[in-house]
Amino acid sequence: MSAPDTLMSQDLMQEAQAAPASKAEVDRLDFYYGDFRALKSISMPVYDRQVTALIGPSGCGKSTFLRCFNRMHDLYPGNRYAGRIVLHPDNSDLLAREVDPIEVRMRLGMVFQKPNPFPKSIFENVAYGLRVRGEGSRRRIEEKVEQALEDAALFDEVKDRLHEPAYNLSGGQQQRLCIARALATDPELLLFDEPTSALDPIATASIEELIHDLKKRVTILIVTHNMQQAARVSDYTAYMYLGELIEFGVTDELFIKPKMKQTEDYITGRFG
Amino acid sequence: MTEHASKQYDLDLDSIRSRVLQMGGLVESQIRRALDVLAKGDRALADEVIAGDRRVNAMEVALDGDCNHLIVKRQPAAGDLRMIFAISKTVTDLERIGDEAQKIARMAKSIHERGAPSVPLTVDVRHAAELAIAMLQRTLDAFARLDCDAAQEVIRADAGIDSEFRSILRQLITYMMEDPRTITMALEIVWIAKAVERIGDHAKNMAEYVIYIVKGTDVRHTGTVSAEA
Repeated sequence: MSAPDTLMSQDLMQEAQAAPASKAEVDRLDFYYGDFRALKSISMPVYDRQVTALIGPSGCGKSTFLRCFNRMHDLYPGNRYAGRIVLHPDNSDLLAREVDPIEVRMRLGMVFQKPNPFPKSIFENVAYGLRVRGEGSRRRIEEKVEQALEDAALFDEVKDRLHEPAYNLSGGQQQRLCIARALATDPELLLFDEPTSALDPIATASIEELIHDLKKRVTILIVTHNMQQAARVSDYTAYMYLGELIEFGVTDELFIKPKMKQTEDYITGRFG
Repeated sequence: MTEHASKQYDLDLDSIRSRVLQMGGLVESQIRRALDVLAKGDRALADEVIAGDRRVNAMEVALDGDCNHLIVKRQPAAGDLRMIFAISKTVTDLERIGDEAQKIARMAKSIHERGAPSVPLTVDVRHAAELAIAMLQRTLDAFARLDCDAAQEVIRADAGIDSEFRSILRQLITYMMEDPRTITMALEIVWIAKAVERIGDHAKNMAEYVIYIVKGTDVRHTGTVSAEA
């Protein structure tokens, strides 16, 4: 098959024009739990102020991948990274030895499957990150907390009881509180690890709506088991299997016309 | 295609697909019987064809309903999504072909009710109609086997029917100019030829959906069979 060169380059040009700037670049990332190689040479972009979904069957490495970004694996001995995750615009490698994981986590926010508020008041949950960073001004903290709660679409529901325990909130509200907590410190990249799998459909819809609003300001990487959710909320989707990145592409295209048969089998429920 | 983890999903999809083929078979027999009416003037058969369109319509409604159910239950993606989407459109085209068959039966009945045909052109229409039926058969076959090459042949064949139609039209115009008494019947035959030409168009649409199912490329309104690349 000899497609004319001009056509090819036109396609590539269109693709380059369509692709937004990248916020991070994953470059031949390997990850080992001891001797077990859980991620195998993953390379992909994370586009700026876009939502990228990671999908794949259990054990495919998508959560492991997500946790590389904020160096969560550093917490256990024997874990090892190879390759790079370059964060733009400063081109710093999140995985470099000399980079302090605490510094990395300052720039990223993470939200987990089960809401995990601190056993503190609603206000203190959101204020926590700011205090850790040494923000001393009471007024600044109050402003930031209110703004973060607004951004997480929670403020109106909790404004009269900011000093009540966070555990009094419903599951969906707790999850939005965790998002507010992550937002308070102005992260550049938000990591969501199955943020709605413990929530009912209404709370799920409100989190999805929130993700849609948040992407105007922040880059989002989300792991989800729910393929319809990936199709709904994300701009780009990565399909992973057995630690490998099988396919990365524009979500609409990947769900209508995937390039790889393995992706097709998974998203059409032929996996097994 | 490998099987779904859910067996019921496979059964549901297979059932829908095989009923599309059944509907195609029914529609084909409607066209054939309508053409028999034209050739032989069997009025009882004409009424059967006209009444038979109700069955075609019912199949359209039932299949559309089943597609809706499958979408709600399974949220099909990728190839399954394209399949269901294409089936829903295919069914519409089949139903329209059914309408054309009914139209042919009506016209043929009315021609024969007025006495023996005075314009000896039923043969030419028959030839165009055979081409249209062959297109329909091949497109159904391409659908059953998900065969892009066969679908592309159907798309190319449509030009043949279009030119047949134009030539029938030219001949009929000549008749009408020579003898205005033939105008009524000639116009009826124009309608029949037009119905045949439309059947070809619908078969072509269905062939385009087959390419969409298999390759995911939309070749409608592109003027050529560009999916060959």
